[in-house]
Amino acid sequence: MAIPLIETRKLNKVYRDDLVETPALKDIDLSIDKGEFVAIMGPSGSGKSTLLHVLGFLDKYEEGEYLFEGKNTKEYSENELADIRNEKVGFIFQAFNLLPRTSVLENVKLPLLYSSVPKSKWEDIALEAIDAVGLSHRQDHEPAQLSGGEKQRVAIARALVNNPKVIFADEPTGNLDSKSGKIIMEILQRLNEDEKRTIILVTHETYTAEHAQRIIHILDGEIDKDYEVKKIRKASEDFEK
Amino acid sequence: MNISHSFKTAIIGLKTNKSRSILTILGIVIGITAIILVMSLGEGAQNLILSEVQSIGSKTIGVSPGRHPTGFSDVMSLFADSLKEKDLEVLGKKTNVPYAEKIIPIVFGSESVIYGNESYRATVYGVSPDFAGIYNIQPQQGRIFEDEEVKSKSDVAVLGYKVKDKLFGDSDALNEKIKIKGKNFRVIGVLPKKGQSAFVNFDDALIIPYTTAQQYIFGIKFYHRLVVEADSEKNVDQTADDIVATLRNSHDITDPEKDDFFVETQAGAMEQVSTITNILTLFLAAVAAISLLVGGVGIMNIMLVSVTERTREIGLRKALGAKSAEILWQFLLESITLTVLGGIIGITLGAFFSFLTALALSRFAGLDWKFIFPISAALLGLGVSAGVGLVFGLYPARQAAKKSPMEALRYE
Repeated sequence: MAIPLIETRKLNKVYRDDLVETPALKDIDLSIDKGEFVAIMGPSGSGKSTLLHVLGFLDKYEEGEYLFEGKNTKEYSENELADIRNEKVGFIFQAFNLLPRTSVLENVKLPLLYSSVPKSKWEDIALEAIDAVGLSHRQDHEPAQLSGGEKQRVAIARALVNNPKVIFADEPTGNLDSKSGKIIMEILQRLNEDEKRTIILVTHETYTAEHAQRIIHILDGEIDKDYEVKKIRKASEDFEK
Repeated sequence: MNISHSFKTAIIGLKTNKSRSILTILGIVIGITAIILVMSLGEGAQNLILSEVQSIGSKTIGVSPGRHPTGFSDVMSLFADSLKEKDLEVLGKKTNVPYAEKIIPIVFGSESVIYGNESYRATVYGVSPDFAGIYNIQPQQGRIFEDEEVKSKSDVAVLGYKVKDKLFGDSDALNEKIKIKGKNFRVIGVLPKKGQSAFVNFDDALIIPYTTAQQYIFGIKFYHRLVVEADSEKNVDQTADDIVATLRNSHDITDPEKDDFFVETQAGAMEQVSTITNILTLFLAAVAAISLLVGGVGIMNIMLVSVTERTREIGLRKALGAKSAEILWQFLLESITLTVLGGIIGITLGAFFSFLTALALSRFAGLDWKFIFPISAALLGLGVSAGVGLVFGLYPARQAAKKSPMEALRYE
């Protein structure tokens, strides 16, 4: 059996606020294979975003094991973590997090600055990613000139430039109208199906979660349910309706 | 790590907050401007004084009575009466001071000079005819008195340009009688306009034989100063030593601490001038440096604000793979860019103002003042401003670098 891309064993995280300790993740055991499209669901405060951040190397965990590509991540130094964030994972945020007053092209190039990719290739790689999300005509615009949906597509392009093993999306449709949301989901599904990219998405909407193949339900920091989606929603078909 | 990108980011960051950036670097600009100005003017002043000293001729040695002045109390020793006629005689002997070419005794003082109804307070110099050679002056009218006239204590006078102008205006002064301390003098020469030269303002001078001055004007038997000219530059030091030895012998002095005279060579004088102006320049530069310090604190303050304002950007960059060192450098480069920019503006302004000052001094004060752009000060200014950026940018940059990506992204 192939090694799972992501595997956790008894993963625990606690938020400390002066005297109060709030457990955020409790004994999380999960395994995600390469090429999967997984939705992490749960009510707000359930710990679903925390789990995504820990899996995406943005946040630390206290106890348990997290194996990425079969390697224990506990030992990684700050600089090694930075390299993993840069090379292995792509992140899409609810709030887009684009640099203001900076063109789409420059925004998409941003991860390349911190990579080992030679500078001469940056432009081509970035343009290709922008093309993949259908924004070639907007490459010189600044974020303020874009709609919410377009901003999120820029963020997806940015997540793609370093050809990551896995894309983490934190409520990517949360700030968007339903039509823009569908476009985003369509792009994510295409990346998963056509390019076999692993995608892990956090959402609190069942509708959005049903675009994934599998749903992990979190409640009070624990995995409550973990099941295959029987009837996967096709964002491309939604359009035709 | 990509320097050119970090630099670009820094420029963009500074441009978006243009007025804030300008206000921030104002302290640095003022500090560097002041330093460049002070150093440029200091060097100009030094050059001016040194060229004055040099104009006496590098072969001259001054002998003054009293101790070498080391403080205010020693100023009184200027009036010590230790240099007498006997000293002039022993110094004149070739066996004592073989390389001495000319020796001129000098007595001087401020006296009223009267012609008709006109009166003018001039500096009366009693000298020997050789002074004209040493100070390189030629009368524009008439002549200088001769050795014979010195011996006979003749009542002849050579007028400085200004003295002649005040007393006689445009009319001829030659052979006219003027009065000093009730004694009549015949004008035998007029000096050309010369300006301040080598600490002696010949324009304001009235020059008479030293013998006459000693007996009739000042009523003294000693000299205020002796000026010795060596036959060549290389013999100056030897001659100075010979003078010291001769005078000690003549004055029966065995302990050098008890010398009642002191000898100055031009090299010594130049060294002294350099030391004094250097200390002065350093002191003023130090004062200017305080404003740099204040400017640096301003930079630090603004950088801290900038780091706080851009917390989310820092979080994003870290989430995309930026290492702490790269974030550190981004903010350091930003503050260094700011201060170096301030430094360049300061150097330009400082050079401009010192150029204007030099122009004004030479135009309106009649000084032979040359504008000097102090390359060393400019380099120092650049180095210091970069240093200020580095030192005062370090703390904010470290604050930025140590933020954890998630905390930074969550920052509202």
